[in-house]
Amino acid sequence: MQATDTVAKPISAADQAQRIPITLTVNGVAHQLEVEPWTSLLDLLREQLDLTGTKKGCDHGQCGACTVLVDDRRVNACLTLAVMKDGAKVTTIEGLAENGKLHPLQDAFIEHDAFQCGYCTPGQICSAVGLLKEGRAKERHEIRELMSGNLCRCGAYVNIVAAIEHVLSQGEQEARP
Amino acid sequence: MATTQTYVGTAQRRVDGPLKVTGAAKYAGEYKAPDLLHGRVVSSAIAHGTIERIDTSKALAVPGVVRIFTHENRRRTAWFDSKYQDQVAPPGSPFRPLYDKTIHYSGQPIALVVADSFETARHAASLIEIEYRLESHQTDLAVEEQRAYVPPKKRSGIDPPPDDRGDFAKAFAAAKYQVQADYYHGAQHHNPMEPHASTVVWNDGKLTVYDKIQGVQNGQQYITSVFGLSADDVQVVSPFVGGAFGSGLRPQYQLFLAVMAALELKRSVRVTLSRDQMFTFTHRPETRQTMSLGADENGKLVALRHAAVAGTSTFEDYQEVVVNWSGLAYHCDNVSFEYKLAKLHTYTPGDMRAPGAPTGMFALESAIDELAEKAGVDPLEFRIRNYAEKDLNEDKPFSSKELMACYRQGAERFGWSKRQPAPRSMREGRELIGYGMATGIWEAQMQEATARATVQADGKVEVATATSDIGTGTYTILAQLAADGVGVPIEDVTVKIADSSLPKSPLEGGSWTAASVGSAVVLACQTLRQQLFEHARGMENSPLANEALERIEFRNGRLAVQNDPSRSLSIGEVLRAAGVGQLVAEEKSTPDPKVQKSHARYTHIAVFAEVRVDEELGLVRATRLVGAVAAGRILNLNTARSQIIGGLVFGQAMALEEHSEMDHHFGRFMNHNIAEYHIPVNADIHEIDVIFVEEHDVMASPIGVKGVGEIGIVGTAAAIANAVHHATGKRVRDLPITMDKVMPELDGPVAPMNASMTSAQI
Repeated sequence: MQATDTVAKPISAADQAQRIPITLTVNGVAHQLEVEPWTSLLDLLREQLDLTGTKKGCDHGQCGACTVLVDDRRVNACLTLAVMKDGAKVTTIEGLAENGKLHPLQDAFIEHDAFQCGYCTPGQICSAVGLLKEGRAKERHEIRELMSGNLCRCGAYVNIVAAIEHVLSQGEQEARP
Repeated sequence: MATTQTYVGTAQRRVDGPLKVTGAAKYAGEYKAPDLLHGRVVSSAIAHGTIERIDTSKALAVPGVVRIFTHENRRRTAWFDSKYQDQVAPPGSPFRPLYDKTIHYSGQPIALVVADSFETARHAASLIEIEYRLESHQTDLAVEEQRAYVPPKKRSGIDPPPDDRGDFAKAFAAAKYQVQADYYHGAQHHNPMEPHASTVVWNDGKLTVYDKIQGVQNGQQYITSVFGLSADDVQVVSPFVGGAFGSGLRPQYQLFLAVMAALELKRSVRVTLSRDQMFTFTHRPETRQTMSLGADENGKLVALRHAAVAGTSTFEDYQEVVVNWSGLAYHCDNVSFEYKLAKLHTYTPGDMRAPGAPTGMFALESAIDELAEKAGVDPLEFRIRNYAEKDLNEDKPFSSKELMACYRQGAERFGWSKRQPAPRSMREGRELIGYGMATGIWEAQMQEATARATVQADGKVEVATATSDIGTGTYTILAQLAADGVGVPIEDVTVKIADSSLPKSPLEGGSWTAASVGSAVVLACQTLRQQLFEHARGMENSPLANEALERIEFRNGRLAVQNDPSRSLSIGEVLRAAGVGQLVAEEKSTPDPKVQKSHARYTHIAVFAEVRVDEELGLVRATRLVGAVAAGRILNLNTARSQIIGGLVFGQAMALEEHSEMDHHFGRFMNHNIAEYHIPVNADIHEIDVIFVEEHDVMASPIGVKGVGEIGIVGTAAAIANAVHHATGKRVRDLPITMDKVMPELDGPVAPMNASMTSAQI
C-alpha cells in the first residue's frame, strides 16, 4: 500500500500556466506534482519535496553528488528533467533504510569511515547500490572504475572501495548454499 | 586522578555517521524558512575596469523577481576597511561586494537577483545587460614578478622568512654538488563538494544565518561589524560543512549578499554559488620558486637558498609560509630566504590545506632529491644524513620530532630497499616504475578555546563549544574526550558545536582544533569530576568519604574507589543527593607561553610513492602511497587515518591534476568546473597506507595532540614528482605533472615547451 502526498506549491505565479502534471513515486510515496518543464529532478527533490539528502555539487553532471536511483538505475538527478520521469520510481538516500534499519551499504560506509564531510556520501551510497544491482563489479579495480562518476574531495576513495567490497563479499556469502 | 582511556586513542566510528549516511545531515543551503527567497549572483565578465551601465529592467520584468541589488542600490555598510577585516584577513582593503562600479577581477559579483525560486533567479540573472569600460589587466605572474615586492605589512600569525644565517653565496660557490632550479604551480581552487551557500532566516530583525564557514564566530563578527548589528541579533550556525579545506575560513561574498538582501527585504534569503562561481574567490596562489642547494663531498647540505614569488590580489597582501620550511627541515648552516608578492587582477588568494607548506616543500624536496642523486646518495639516506636535531631558524629544540621513526617505518612498509638507484631501471611490461619519497612538515599549533561540559542526573553529558566539523571528525573526538573525561559511555555524550552562541572557540583551521578545543573539553570535564567528587564525598555515609580525588575512578557513569569497586556511586545518586539537576563546568585552555617561547612545535611525515608511467602515453599513475606520520597523540585512529588519507589524495591531486588555467587574454580562469579542473576520481586512487609512529609530546598541547588535518598533503607532491623522475628520468618542476610534460623525455630529446611554463634547466 503506497501513501499519497500532494504537493502543489506555487513557484512563481506567471509560470503556473506552464506547469505539467506528473506522478512520481519517491521512496515509496506517490506524489501528484505539477512541475515546470525546466525543473530538474534534483531541484524538485530538494526544493519541493524537501529531500535535501540528494546533494547539488555542480549541477552539470560532473560530480555525482546528486546520484539517485530511478527505476533502480543510478542517474544524475541534476541532468534529469523532472517532466521526463512521469510515472517513475525514485529512490533517494532517505529511502534506503528500512524500518529504521540502515541499508548494508550505509552501515558499511560508517564502519569503514568511507566519508568525512558527508556531502558526496548520499550520491556515493546511491551509486554503490546501483552498482551492486548492476552486478558488474567483482574486483577492486572494477569498483574503482565504476564508482568514478562520484567525486569525493575529502579523498575517502580507499574507504569507499573497502565499504563496497565488504557488502559485495557479504552478498556472495549469503548467496552460497 | 585516575583517568581511564576507554575511547581516546582507539578507532571509533564517527558519531555523526548515521546522519551523514541517511541524508539527514543538513548543510547551509538546505535550511527552510517561510517565504524563503533565492538569490543568484551575477559575475563580472571582465578582469579590470568599470561598469558603465547596468540594465536590470528585463530581469526585473520576470514574474517572481523581487529585487535586484547592484552597486547602484546596495545597502549602505561600514566605511572603514577594518570593519571588513575578519579574523584571518591579510593586510589590505578587504573586498566589498557591490561596493562601487570598479571591477577588480573576473568573476567579481556585480549583482544579486532575488526571486521566489532558484530557477527564476537564475533565468533573470541571464537577462541583465552590462556595459563595461575595460582597463588593462595583469594576470600573468611570469610578467608581473618583475614588480614583485616584499610585503610591507606582515600578515598576523604568519611568520615572514627568518633572518639569513651563515654565508650562502660563499658556501654555495664552494659546494662540490650544486642544484639550482625553478619550480612552479599555478592557482588551485579548493572546490569542496558543497558549494558555498548562506541561508539567512529573517525573524523580525533578528538573523539566524546558516553559513558554510569554518568559524561561526568569525562570520558573526564580520556580519555585525559590516552591517552595524548587535551580536544579540545575529546567530551563525553551521552544524555540517560539506568540506572547505580553507575556503570557509574567511566569510565569502555569498554571506555578505544574503545578509544584505535579507536586511533590505526583511525576508529570509538563500544564496548558493554555482560551481563556476567557486572559482571566483579564494585559491592557493600561483607561485614561482627558485631553489639553490649545495652539498659537500660527504653528502652534507652546506648551502641553501629558497626564493619565492606568489600572486596576490590588487587589494590585499595575502601571505603564507612558503620558504621558511627549508630553513628547519634539514641541518644547514648557510641559508638565505626571499619571499615576495606580485599583484594580479584576481581575487585575494587564501589558505588552502596547509597553506604554503606543500608549495615550499615541493620545491625543497624535489631539489633535495636532485642533490642526493648528484651526490650519489640514496634520497632517504641523504635526508637522514642531514637530519635537523633542532629548529635552526629559531635556534630552538623541537618539542618532539619522531621523523626518524617515520623514515624507518615508512621505508620498511613501502619496501624502499627494493629501489634500484638508477632512473628508468625498474619496469613491468610497458610501464616504467618509480619510487620516490619526501619529507613533510606542518606546525603543531594550539589556540585559546573555551568549552562547557554539563552532566545530568541520568548520566548524560553534553559538551559545547563554537568550533566546527568540516568533515575532520571534531564531533567524534570531542565525544571521545568527554566520554573518558567524565567516565560515561560515548553513547551518553552529546556534542554541540558550530553555533556562534556557544563558548568561544577559534575557527577550524591550521590543524589546531583537536589540540585547542580538545584541551578545553578535557579541562571542563576535569572540573566536572571535581564537582562530582566533592558532592559525592559530602553525602551522608558516603562510600567515598575520606578518599582523595586521585583514588577515584570515573567509569560507566559511576565514581568508584580504585581497586575497591564495592565503594561506588552513580552520577545520578550523587546529583540527586546533592539536590541538583545538573552540574556545569566551563573552562578555557590557553597555550603555554613559556613553551611557545622555548620550543619549536611541528608535525612530520615521510611520504613514499610508487608511480607507474606508461612509456608510450606518458600517463602517470600513483599506484602506492605510504604516509608515516608523527603527530603526537592520535585521538581516533579511524578519523585520523581518514584525515591523512585525504591529505595524501589532496597531495596526489596537486602533483598530477590540479591547475586553474588562466586565460591571460580575458584574465579569467578557463576551466571553472570540475570536469575540466581535475581532482582525483576513484579510479585514480590506488593503495594508500598510513602509519602513525609513537610520539609523546607534553608541550605542543596539554593533551599531547599535534593535529593531523594538513600534514598529509605536505611533501606528497614532491614524493610523486621524485618517483616520476625515478621512473622516467624526467624531472618535472611545474605542477601538475601531466602527460605532455612527461612525454618528451620518453620520446627522446626534450621538446621546447611554452616559455612561461617551462622550469629552468639546471
